[in-house]
Order: sequence, then C-alpha cells, then structure tokens
Amino acid sequence: MGIRRLGAVAAAMALVVLLSPTPAHAQQTVTLRVAIIQQVDSLNPFLSITQAGTEVGKLMYDYLTAYDVTDQHPVEGLADKWESSPDRLTWTFHVPEGKKWTDGQPITAKDAAFTYNLMMRDEVAGTANGSFTADFESVTATDDRTLVIRTKQPQATMLALDVPIVPEHVWSKVTDIGEYRNDEGPVVGSGPFVLTEYRANEFIRLKANKDYWRGAPGYDELTFVYYKTADAAVQALGKGEVDLVNRMGPAQFDSLKDKPGVTRNQAQGRRFNEIVINSGAATRAGEPIGDGHPALRDVVVRRAIAKSLDLDEIIAKVNGGYAQRGTGPIPPVFADYHLTPEPAYEYDPAAANADLDQAGYARGADGIRVSPQGRRMELRLIGHASRAYDEQTGEFVKRSLADLGIVVDVQIVSDNQLDEAGTGGMFDLQFSGWGTNPDPDFILSLHTCGQRPNADGKGGTTDTFFCDAEYDALYAQQRAEFDPAKRRELVEKMQQRFYDQVPAVVLGYDNALEAYRSDKFASFPVQPDPGGVIMAQNGVWGYYGAVPVASAGQASGSKTGLVVGVVGGALVVLVGGAWLMGRRRGLRAEERE
Amino acid sequence: MIRHLAGKVGGALVSLLFVVALGFLLFRVIPGDPVVAMTRGRPVTGDQLAELRVRLGVDKPLGEQFVDYLSGMVRGDLGTSHVYSRPVLELIGERLWPTVLLVGTSTVLAVVLGLWLGIRGAWRRGSRSDRISTGLALAQWAMPTFWLGMLLSLATGDLFPSGGMRYPDTPPDFLSQALDVAHHMVLPCLTLIAVVYAQYLLVMRSSLLEEMHADYLTTARAKGLRDDLVRRRHAVPNALLPTVTLVFLHLGLVVSGAITVETVFSWPGLGLLTYEALTGPDLPLLQGTFVVLAGAVITMNVFADLLYRVLDPRVRAS
Repeated sequence: MGIRRLGAVAAAMALVVLLSPTPAHAQQTVTLRVAIIQQVDSLNPFLSITQAGTEVGKLMYDYLTAYDVTDQHPVEGLADKWESSPDRLTWTFHVPEGKKWTDGQPITAKDAAFTYNLMMRDEVAGTANGSFTADFESVTATDDRTLVIRTKQPQATMLALDVPIVPEHVWSKVTDIGEYRNDEGPVVGSGPFVLTEYRANEFIRLKANKDYWRGAPGYDELTFVYYKTADAAVQALGKGEVDLVNRMGPAQFDSLKDKPGVTRNQAQGRRFNEIVINSGAATRAGEPIGDGHPALRDVVVRRAIAKSLDLDEIIAKVNGGYAQRGTGPIPPVFADYHLTPEPAYEYDPAAANADLDQAGYARGADGIRVSPQGRRMELRLIGHASRAYDEQTGEFVKRSLADLGIVVDVQIVSDNQLDEAGTGGMFDLQFSGWGTNPDPDFILSLHTCGQRPNADGKGGTTDTFFCDAEYDALYAQQRAEFDPAKRRELVEKMQQRFYDQVPAVVLGYDNALEAYRSDKFASFPVQPDPGGVIMAQNGVWGYYGAVPVASAGQASGSKTGLVVGVVGGALVVLVGGAWLMGRRRGLRAEERE
Repeated sequence: MIRHLAGKVGGALVSLLFVVALGFLLFRVIPGDPVVAMTRGRPVTGDQLAELRVRLGVDKPLGEQFVDYLSGMVRGDLGTSHVYSRPVLELIGERLWPTVLLVGTSTVLAVVLGLWLGIRGAWRRGSRSDRISTGLALAQWAMPTFWLGMLLSLATGDLFPSGGMRYPDTPPDFLSQALDVAHHMVLPCLTLIAVVYAQYLLVMRSSLLEEMHADYLTTARAKGLRDDLVRRRHAVPNALLPTVTLVFLHLGLVVSGAITVETVFSWPGLGLLTYEALTGPDLPLLQGTFVVLAGAVITMNVFADLLYRVLDPRVRAS
C-alpha cells in the first residue's frame, strides 16, 4: 500500500515538473548564442589548433592584417599600412596610434614584435602557427609605430600572417607558454570581443568590446554552446536555445527549410573532396614505397578513371545537391585562383573504355581488364569510417569503374588506419580532402616532390605522392612572384598540370550549410559577399557585424516557472512523505509480530 | 578478517598493475600516428612534425616511454594530453563530476525502480501486471540507447533543453544553478533508467522466485504474519544477495559513463572524453582514462566482496 502511494506522489511530482513552463533564458542584454560541435582544444592562441579554438582566438585577438569581408583582399588589422623592399625580403608595417588593448593600454609595434619573437624563440609558442615565422630572419620594432620583419627568402604570405598578436605587458610575465591556459576572464585582448567565462565542454562567454577600434559590435554578449552532434545543435536552433549553427549535413539543412523564424545560408565552402590515385608512391629520395597497383602509374589509366566518374550525379545523390563540381584543389570561393580546366574531362565512359582498349588494357574472359604487364585491374579504395560521404561515394566509384572493366574493393577504415595506409603508400585509391586558405601556397605545396616522406615514412606532408618537375618549377616561380596577375597565371598553370596528370580526382567542393534565428538576428555579414559563410570566415565579420532585430532585447520570460514547478514538486514530496510516515506510525501497532 | 582484507586488496593491486601495463601496450598497438592525427589538415612542415615528435616523446624507444610513464604514475602524474596540452588528471577531474552526477543518479533510481518492480513481479508472478511490467522492461532494455534518447527528446518538444548541463546565462547562485542542472538532467536520466532497470528487475525477480517456496516463509505465514511483512522481512533480505553483486558491478561502471547518452544530450562527461581520446589517438589521455575507469571497477569489486561478508553470515563462516 505504502509503496503504491509513494509511486503516486512521485508521479504527481513528475507531472508538476513536466507542466512547469520552459524557462526562457532572456535578459535585458542581447546575446548571440552560437552552437559549436568541435572541441576547443585551448584558449591559448599559441597552442590552439582546432577550428573552434582558433575562431575564439580571432574574436579575442586581431592579426597584423585582416581579410576584407567582400573579397578577402588584405585590409587593416592592427597595422594600417605596409610596404616591402624591392627584394621582398624586408617588410615594414605601420601600427597606428589610438588602438587599445581591452585593459586600456595602447597597442604598439612592440607587442607584435614580442609575439613573433616569442614564436621564433620558444618552440612551444610556435605550436599552432610556427609555419608563418619559420622563414623569418628577424623581427624588430624600431619605434612604437613601426614593425620591421626580415625574411630569409621572399614569402608570399606576409599579408596573410594568421597569428594572433598578444599584449606584451601580459604575456611577458608568462613563464611557461605550454602551461598557460589563458581562460580566466576578462582576458586582455584586442579583438571585438572579450573572453569573460570559460566552462570546459559546456560554454564560452564573451562580451562586446565597446572600445573596439572598428566600432563596438551591435549587441552585448556572444556565447558559444557545445553540442556533441549536429543533430542536437539543429534541434537547439529549432527550439530557440541557440541562434546560429553551422556544419550541417544536407538532411539537417533540408529539415529547417520551412521552419518559421529560421533562415538558412547555403554558402560556398572552402573544402574539397578528392580521390587520390597512387601514381607511384616514393620517398623524397625517389625510393618506391607501398604496394600501389603498377597500372596506376600510367596516366592513361588515371585519365580514364577521371572520365568515368559522373561528378554531377555524385553531387546530386551524395551531397544532396549542396556542392559544386570539382576541378583543381582551389575551390571557386577563391575565384582568383580557381581553375576552369581546358580541356575538361567530361563524363564519358565510352571514351574512357576506348582509351583503355587502345592502351593495351584488354578485357579478360570475365570482363575484367588486364594490364599490359599482365596484372588484373583490381583496385582498393580506402575511405574514412567517420565520413558517410566516403562510403556513399565509394559505391558510385565501384559501379562506374565496373563499367570500365576495373574491380574496386571499397574498404572503409578508421581515420588512423587510413593515415597509416596513406603515408606508407599502401593504397590504390584513397579518399582525401582539405580545407583551403585564401593564399594557395600551402595547398599547392602538398603536391611537390619535397613533401614526400623520408625513408622511415615520416617528415612529409604529401597528399598524393605527386612528383612532377614541371609542377615543381611552377611552384617555385609562383612563390617568388609578387605581381598578383602573374602569380594567378602560374597558379592556374600548376592546377592545369595537376589536372592533366591526375594524381587525384577532385570530386567537388562542399557547400557550407548554416542557419540562424532570423526572429532574433536580422542579418549577418557573409564572406565573401555574396555567397559566403557566416562562421569559419577569414576573420570574424559574421559575429562582429550581426544585426539584432529591434525587439531582441525585450524578450520576456524568466526561470520563475521552473523554480515554482520544482519547489512545488518538492513540497508535494515533503507533505506526502510526512503523511505516509504518519500513517505508518499509526499502523505499527497492529502490524507488530 | 584482516588476512582476508589484505588478500582482496592485494589482488586488486595486482589487477591494477596489469591494467596499467596493458593500457600502455594496447594503445601502442592500435594503428595511427598521434603526430599525424594532431596535424591533420593543417599547414605544417616536415621539420615541425619532427620537432613535435621529440616534444611529445613519441620518438623514444618503447621501453623508455614505458619507464617514463610508470615513474610519472608513481608521482601521481598521468602525463599531458597531446590535444589539450593540459595534465590528463586535470581533464579527467573536470569531467568526472558531471558523469558521476548523471550516471550515479540514474543508477540509484534504476536500482530502486528495478528492485521494486522485481519484488512485485515475483510475488504476483504470472499475473497480468507482472507480465506487462517485465515485458515493458525487456522491450526498453532491447532499445538502442541513443535512439530512445532521440525519441524522448523529440517527443517532449520544448519542455526540456536539447542538450548540455546548464544554460550559460543562468544566475550564478546555487539554487538557480541546481535547478538548471536538474532541468537539463531529466531527459538523459530518464533514458538511462529506462534502458538499464530491466536487469535489476530480472535478477531480483528470479532470485526472489527461488526463495518463494522456502520453508521459512511457510513458518512466517504460520505465525500469522501479513503477506506484506512476510515479503519485506523474510523473503526479500534473502533474495537480495545476487542483486547486491550486480549493483556494485554497475557502480564501478558509473565513471565510465554512458557514451551514447552523453553524446545524444551533449553531456560534458567522461565517457565522451574517452571516445575523443581514442579517435586521436591522444595516448596519454587514453592511458589515463583507461586506468581510472578500470581502477573504479576494481575498487567496486573489492567493496562488493567485503559487503558480501557483512550481508551474509554464511559467507563469513566459510
């Protein structure tokens, strides 16, 4: 009897809690709440590597120069003017008067010199961005306004130094950069927002820097809230718990189509997906490694593979239409450098078959081709288990190549296994993909001979094991070319060479899929404009320039509902419990054994 | 008694030592280069990779790495996470509390619910309510946890937050914070309870059924005791032993959390940290979580062993 009553009381309490209104969490301040799915590895700008971590870093610290919101050309960051010597080895930056750290101290060229020198001196401080200062000879502040950087060789990325500049008066007191967490607010910075509170794996709070030199942001607070899955983040957007979400999949993006109060942004992305073809993996010294199929060293076979893949169908079926057709490693979002190949491989299985017939890859009795050296055309295609894209696209590739008389065995493995197979050259075909930067140097460097690994399989960052004298010569030329038009031409030639030689087939460029609560925020700047992203920009224009709708600050509601509900529930339990105790005491006498 | 205790604790220590060694070797056998994983998709030069290898100490021979690892552990230092650049112990400590709160609460509630339903079911075995409650429990047990969690989240609409442990803008005072955390905990807790209570129910039900025809129950009834009291004071205490074992085994697993529930509801717990460490592979973090999780299970087993002697005089005598 007693237990049954207790059950009833518990049910009553559950009901009270359930019926209590959802707490609307609004205050007088206007807050932009952003869902993030990736981990913030560190808030120390010298250590932070993950995209989420560097994004927060950019909000807190300006770089020396910034990227324009419309077309990403270099614009004023901490420095407003710059020039280089005729030999391109000396760069002089001017840091204007009037810019202040968030604690009121003036920002000077000495702060910038301190930051770069720290990275050059202390290996740990170079963890995240050391590649930018690797070729620096010296960095000096000749006075408070003038910064002089000398490099060992001409460096094309001098106006794209993605290095957060930190205040010397704070960081000179840090004895161990590796141990410094930089997460106790308010953190002194120079960006449009100030870090005020950090709860690992829960949220990050920043408040607007009202004295920011570009002008104060149009709202008061910016909060990043962690979600472990994109599904949860999308749900939170639907419920109005967050205002901005990115990194959605096609299905999630489609689910928000007719949601009232939500606006979607289908943007050009910076990522490409590719299938790397093992065209002859070797070490830097030219020693062959791995076990790639020898027929893939024949460019005819690689071109036939490229012609047999229907990229438009893959985009329609696998990407849900949210991607652009692939050509070279630089996506169309960077219109200056994106390749329009001439001639392009059209989807033409008949031509691909004819090419293989002509090159002596005859079909055997079972329809499978045999190479002139007598090896059956059986290829492994390795993909990431963490990416549904690889598995789905793998099936397309398998079918397309089957029509070509080539058997494909799709192997979906863990990222680590894939890395290991990749660096060892133990593959025939392999899925890969990269995000690209406005400056094409790095992504192009991945296919130079020098990036191949050394004898023990380490020390290289090659993507394709591609090693081509013509490509390398063009790479060296573009690196030393400072005339934008000429460099553009060289970069295009390199990609055309890459495209002709087919060390990889670039399948497509994923769209970046984002959505926001348009009932709370009227608009966000996108980069590039039009067609660009709100989050993960080169810069933080999307957060900085967000415009709240007029009534956003007056949103009503409080947690009173929940408080009343829970307190009420607790009361019911207490009263019910007391009553039960009373009854039991009364019964005790007759129950006694 | 003391000899028995020393034996148990000694055995536990040996197991723990084995776990430490196994953890070290196991995670070095799995494929993957931590340096490559850390720098995936970033602009790095070959020289930087080599420097990183030296700094993380993964360039040393295995034996030397093992000695470093052991001597660190003796000093209470589990190493520094590659990904977070922070001490492993600190990271684990940060995540321990949310997991213990969530999984601990749901385990206690699931035990209470399971035992209660199990006792009722056995006492009125075969009745309609027994069949329904057992069937229901089994059906929920069979459900994939993440799926049930997502369903609950969809079905309850706007009543509960879609994830996390608290809202960022909750006032910092204790009551508001506690209420906010409780509000966030409802769905993950319900999911966990729904999925696990069946095993307590089944064990309790079957062990009580075994006692049902024991002579001492007839004696109790012959004394004129009410049915309620026969059950509560005579049958249940004797049937409780197997359940206690089960409960303690599960308490040991509390710290390992519930990876799927933590993922679905974005709960900042330890299960998820382990998973993240594995995808790295973030070797120091992986070893650290492995040792802590295994340590918790071993400790709870020792407790269960000792509690057995307290609960059952027969074990003490033998």
